[in-house]
Amino acid sequence: MVEIITLLWNGFAIAFEPVNLMLIIGGCTVGLFIGAMPGLGSVNGVAILLPLTFLVPPTGAIMFLAAIYYGAMYGGAISSIMLGIPGASTAVATTFDGRPLAKLGMADKALTAAAVASFVGGSISVLLFTFLAPPLAHVALRFGAPEEFSLMMLAFATFIGLGGDDIPKTIFSICIGLVLAAVGLDIISGEPRLVFGNITGFLHGINFLVLAIGIYGIGEMLWTVEEHYKAGGKSMMSDAVITVQRTMANLKELLGTWKTALMGSFLGYFVGILPAAGATPGSLMAYGIAKQISHEPEKFGKGAVEGVVAPESANNAASTGSMLPMLTLGIPGSPTTAILLGGMVIWGLEPGPRLFTDHADFVWGLIASLYAANFFAVIINIAFIPAFIWVLKLPFTLLAPIIFVLCLIGGYAPTQDMHDVWLMIIFGIVGYLMRKLDYPLAPAVLAIVLGPLAEPALRQSLLISSGEFSIFFTRVYSAPIMICALILLFLPLLKPVIRLVGGRKTARR
Amino acid sequence: MRKAEFVMAAVMGIFSLYLMWKSAELPVGWIPEEGPGGGAWPFWLSAVMLICCVLILINWYRRKTPPSQSDEVYMDRGTTVAVGLVAGSLIVTVALFYVIGVYGALPLFMIFYVRYLGRHSWPATAAMAAIAPVATFFFFDIALKITLPKGLPIIEETIFYPLYKIFL
Repeated sequence: MVEIITLLWNGFAIAFEPVNLMLIIGGCTVGLFIGAMPGLGSVNGVAILLPLTFLVPPTGAIMFLAAIYYGAMYGGAISSIMLGIPGASTAVATTFDGRPLAKLGMADKALTAAAVASFVGGSISVLLFTFLAPPLAHVALRFGAPEEFSLMMLAFATFIGLGGDDIPKTIFSICIGLVLAAVGLDIISGEPRLVFGNITGFLHGINFLVLAIGIYGIGEMLWTVEEHYKAGGKSMMSDAVITVQRTMANLKELLGTWKTALMGSFLGYFVGILPAAGATPGSLMAYGIAKQISHEPEKFGKGAVEGVVAPESANNAASTGSMLPMLTLGIPGSPTTAILLGGMVIWGLEPGPRLFTDHADFVWGLIASLYAANFFAVIINIAFIPAFIWVLKLPFTLLAPIIFVLCLIGGYAPTQDMHDVWLMIIFGIVGYLMRKLDYPLAPAVLAIVLGPLAEPALRQSLLISSGEFSIFFTRVYSAPIMICALILLFLPLLKPVIRLVGGRKTARR
Repeated sequence: MRKAEFVMAAVMGIFSLYLMWKSAELPVGWIPEEGPGGGAWPFWLSAVMLICCVLILINWYRRKTPPSQSDEVYMDRGTTVAVGLVAGSLIVTVALFYVIGVYGALPLFMIFYVRYLGRHSWPATAAMAAIAPVATFFFFDIALKITLPKGLPIIEETIFYPLYKIFL
């Protein structure tokens, strides 16, 4: 305990170095705006800006990206409330009640509620993070190749078992991400693999950023172009007035929703820790539960403040939660942390159990920066609420080309190969066409990041066991994880059986 | 929508088969002392992809998923034009990177998007077309030392060599 506080104190010393502090404040601001833009969320911000972080040392870089992540979590609510377009998938649940509130002329109330709830969620989860990360890291030290592979399986299984998406399409998405990750040189034999048409650009493999920017940048923007066209080229605005008195009254009313905020924070944090579950399911679950426990469930969907507080506290808590498995186990809990993970690998910081011992400065600096980012994000957010209303009045046709330019250059910068820019555009267009048919694409991005970790883990495990798959079921840590993964994996298959059995019981009665 | 669901699953199924065939260029079986061959991982994943495509087609046949029930048009005329223009302009912009470089293509893209798609005034268009390349140049080429494509050598020699001399 004392040790944790000392480490955290040292972390604060690093986070409050002038350069790092500026990066945190800058990141929060940038993230807030990126999150607030319709169609762009933390994952886009982090993916597009990751190439820019090679300027600063890794500790500063990850703080900057984490601050963007935090800022975007706050900002995601803004376009949900103002435009009714979720700023990111994590803010989908915020639209359910945020938009009706804005329509009633209470956009300022909804925006304040979102900011304060995000702060509560962020603060509680950072505290949980501080005291739960070291023990988890300790357990993680005992992890070998079989455990690693079991965890990867768990990550993919959560996507399949908990996600409400079409199951064959989700599995397809995961597999195509893993296959794309296998392009390049075979890690063990060194032979070229899946080099299509003998194009040399494939020899260096497919950078995860190419797929991430392709799908979340180009693909998502094309999707927004379509929405914009269908809306007749008009964005739907809301009148909002902001005065000090109104803000104070709003804050007072928010005190009454503390139970909802607490529930959202804890739920969000623990859902966030689950590999691959992340903030979107966390915020949706929190919304559902808030409605269940509310005294006035009929108000939900028509402008209930709790309907904004629950998902916003949960998605911020989940965003912190999802960093825990990323740092301690190398398993990202969300697409954004998947990209953060990719960044850490580029900087030469191998995430995983050894990170806490080998790079303690980095880890505790990051944790301290989360406290700082959370604090600055809420202040910046509330201060910027009037400005957001102005920015969102900028026509879409001015914002869109700027985003496209960022995508094109962001795709070129990491490898400085035109091949990757073309590939990114192809991924963007194909991704857009697939998204129209309800193919979930987040699993593909997760898979291309996890692929280079999962394949060697599987091959090494099989080498240890001379090809016996039983190795995953006979080791202390691997067995329960693998069994959980299999249960989750087969949950969708079992559901009809459970329903059938349940149906028979009720029939007998 | 229904037709598109079928076509996408069929195309992806064929693509999975191609990936299986391509993976099989490397050994896909067990190599003694070495473990699974280099092609095994992508081969079996592609096989799973193929199975998924078959399942999607079965769901399509049984009308189990929203896209397979929908009578909505997958891409109506207006959407095709709107999205096609944007996607097409991106492709042209990237192609122009080879000829006139990033800094020649970006202003053209801005003019096209802001003026012709956005129907904004010429002053707004000119501001966007001027700010985009200048900001990009100082951020990437100067601050980050990431040299973006300059197009034909003559452009780099005549325009950018003097600029490098001033700023680098």
